Amino acid sequence: MRASRGFWGATAVVATAALLLTACGGGGSGDDKGSGAVDANASVSVYGTEPENSLIPANTNELGGSKALKPVFSALVGYKSDTAEPYNLMAESITTTDSKVFDIKIKKGWKFHDGTEVKAKNFVDAWNYSANGKNGMQNASFFEQIQGYDEISAKEPAVKEMSGLKVVNDYEFQATLKGPFSVFATKIGYLAFAPLPDKFFADPEAFAKAPIGNGPLKFVSRTPNQNMKLTRFDEYQGEDKVKFKDLEVRIYTSQETAYQDLLSNRLDFMEALPPAAKAGGKYKTDLGERLVEGKLLGISALALPYYVPGYNNLDLRKAISLAIDREQIVKTVMNDTYAPADGYVSRGIEGYRPGVCEFCKFDPVKAKEFFAKSGYTGKLTIASNADGGRKEPLVAACNSIKNALGVECDFVPATDFGQWRSIVNNRQLTGMGRSDWSADYPSIENYLNPRYKSTGSSNDSTYNNPAVDALLTQADQTADKAAAIKLYQQAEDLIAKDLPQIPVWEEKGVGGKSNRLKTVKLDFGRLADYSSIEVAAK
Amino acid sequence: MPQYILRRLLQLIPVFFGTTFLIYALVWAVPGDPFAGKCGQVACPPAYIEMMTAKFNLDDSIFVQYFKYLGNLFTGDWGETFNGVSVGELIGNAYPVTVRLALIAVAIEAIIGLSAGILTGLRGKGFLDNLVLMSTTFLISIPVFVTAIVLQIVLGSELGIIDASVSEDATIGELIVPGIALGSLSMAYIARLTRTSIAENRHADYVRTAVAKGQPRSRVVGVHLLRNSVIPVLTFIGTDIGALMGGAIVTEGVFNINGIGGLIFRGIQNREGATVTGVVVLLVMVYLLVSLIVDLLYAVLDPRIRYD
Repeated sequence: MRASRGFWGATAVVATAALLLTACGGGGSGDDKGSGAVDANASVSVYGTEPENSLIPANTNELGGSKALKPVFSALVGYKSDTAEPYNLMAESITTTDSKVFDIKIKKGWKFHDGTEVKAKNFVDAWNYSANGKNGMQNASFFEQIQGYDEISAKEPAVKEMSGLKVVNDYEFQATLKGPFSVFATKIGYLAFAPLPDKFFADPEAFAKAPIGNGPLKFVSRTPNQNMKLTRFDEYQGEDKVKFKDLEVRIYTSQETAYQDLLSNRLDFMEALPPAAKAGGKYKTDLGERLVEGKLLGISALALPYYVPGYNNLDLRKAISLAIDREQIVKTVMNDTYAPADGYVSRGIEGYRPGVCEFCKFDPVKAKEFFAKSGYTGKLTIASNADGGRKEPLVAACNSIKNALGVECDFVPATDFGQWRSIVNNRQLTGMGRSDWSADYPSIENYLNPRYKSTGSSNDSTYNNPAVDALLTQADQTADKAAAIKLYQQAEDLIAKDLPQIPVWEEKGVGGKSNRLKTVKLDFGRLADYSSIEVAAK
Repeated sequence: MPQYILRRLLQLIPVFFGTTFLIYALVWAVPGDPFAGKCGQVACPPAYIEMMTAKFNLDDSIFVQYFKYLGNLFTGDWGETFNGVSVGELIGNAYPVTVRLALIAVAIEAIIGLSAGILTGLRGKGFLDNLVLMSTTFLISIPVFVTAIVLQIVLGSELGIIDASVSEDATIGELIVPGIALGSLSMAYIARLTRTSIAENRHADYVRTAVAKGQPRSRVVGVHLLRNSVIPVLTFIGTDIGALMGGAIVTEGVFNINGIGGLIFRGIQNREGATVTGVVVLLVMVYLLVSLIVDLLYAVLDPRIRYD
């Protein structure tokens, strides 16, 4: 038995040692609040998810990838984190007289992370590559306003360049659009419009594994499913410089685990909270002063497709909209992480007016009247993907409709977002459907054109009103910003009368930070505004 | 013996083709467009969908797709995920962590389970027996994700003994608590199995003979009794290693461990056939090899067992 006893002994030693190791690992994080000084050499970790696509700006449109790429690239225009107001970032000036030809001058002396200077051709080449159908970039359609897009976006394009893009000199280029589009100067702040260095074109695939940008942070390394590491680019010229050194985007499989890490200060920032933390408003007591609130630009609505029998009925639309008790649902089901919507545009957007949707108030009496007038019989349904906390508020909306109208209402789940979008895109809805929208860039235009123009890319209810189309087109072509906004508002008024979609609520954006962070702001697209992060010095 | 091993290894070939084809077909034949939700609320540009369809051979019939996949596999190319990461690299990153986690779980369940089983099996009814009986019943009745989350919250957030998530290095020390969560269920089974087996064999003739020959108790228990009683337990542990590799999905998710379990989970979620098939091929191999090793160990423990 000697051998056997030795074995047990050894195991005991290993086990004890291992337990001690674990204990050591746990201690680390303390509650240093610091005296107000900022630690410029600190490292910061943020919650992340695995990017869905390759790390190329024009191929990234979801949160996971954006978190890592946005700080690596700086576009011509940036958006202020508080107001979402656009300002010239890489652009020296963007001038136009007719909203059709844009003359863009870029700032001198900006460098890519590989040391080469950012020149006008880096923008032009990047845009041409991204729009090229052969390259199959996800965000190709962002370039659709530019002259020559139709030719280059074909499957086998005969051209390599859009006719609308011209390099004037190293620091100036010209973009000519198909027609006037007043919002273009705001739109080009979107990630897809970022410049690409010459190295990219030599080997895009290698580039996607280690992107080289011109932003405040440069790419260091990436372990798939684990993390992405970035570090400060010291030669960065822009005003959105970061005040820390290293950034780790840590990939989590579960939000709950990330939240546990956040509470114990092992993770510095999360831009969203798990359902368990939201339940009963638990996050408010959990986080206290560490709560970070933002102003997201996005809106949740119910699409009532015109192709579903019985739904092409204005009285029914009014009845349903009046029957939803938004205040109550936002408070009890969503625990104040959302606010009731009262129009087709988010509150933070220039051109927003309160109360545009007159039927977005809860009024069961009037709802019942309209419902009787509609003559609708049968039951109502609301469909959506059921994951990610989508189901609960919609079930509550259904109940609210049921109680107010005395009609059956069911929630119809789809398994995941992919299946859900293929139902909507293939026009296979059999009742109402969730139709949420997050703004790509802060402009009233981005809320209306994609969703309510008859040719809109996200027109889930197949809405078609020639008067609205005409107003939107006219607004696009109006160079004067204030005048354009007026026209967009007129279009919104018409939409509010037709109720193709019923606005329900807007997400506020609720996140949390660790004790280490003095400040952090949430931008309109639900990303941390990295330039606002300050780490307290120890 | 060598013949037996060879035969067992040859059996791997049809199993390999069968499982990989089944998995490949199941993953890619799921109805619905894998690229439908890729571009958010907006439908993806046709050029993107065409490029991806061509890249993953989705226009071919499932058989052609499968053979193209196999062809690549034999040249060492495991394929790519939708976001352009090589599956081989993913598996290479994830495997060591999962192996470590599984070994820790097996060590924990074997050490604690066997000792509890032996102790209670030898002593028979009494306080200790009741205690083990109750605690194992308790462990068996709660699902792994509950064990994992309770351990994480109590030891992590409440007491601060461990970190709520495992860091990128995934050291042995960090993996102990996840290992306990992962192995807890099997630990209970092993304790039960050992206890029954020992209790049965305790009164067997060969034990009585050994005792009658005047051998010391430690030798009677350690050599005669344990050696015979441990065979069913060994089978269990053997198959459990395979199960732990794949079954770590929940535990790896809770403790945010970048292992094989998480890889499968994400692969299924994103409908990434290449990832899922690749990982499952490996799991099948592990399963088959471990069960081969277990079978061979039988002969060592019980010389009466012969292979032909």
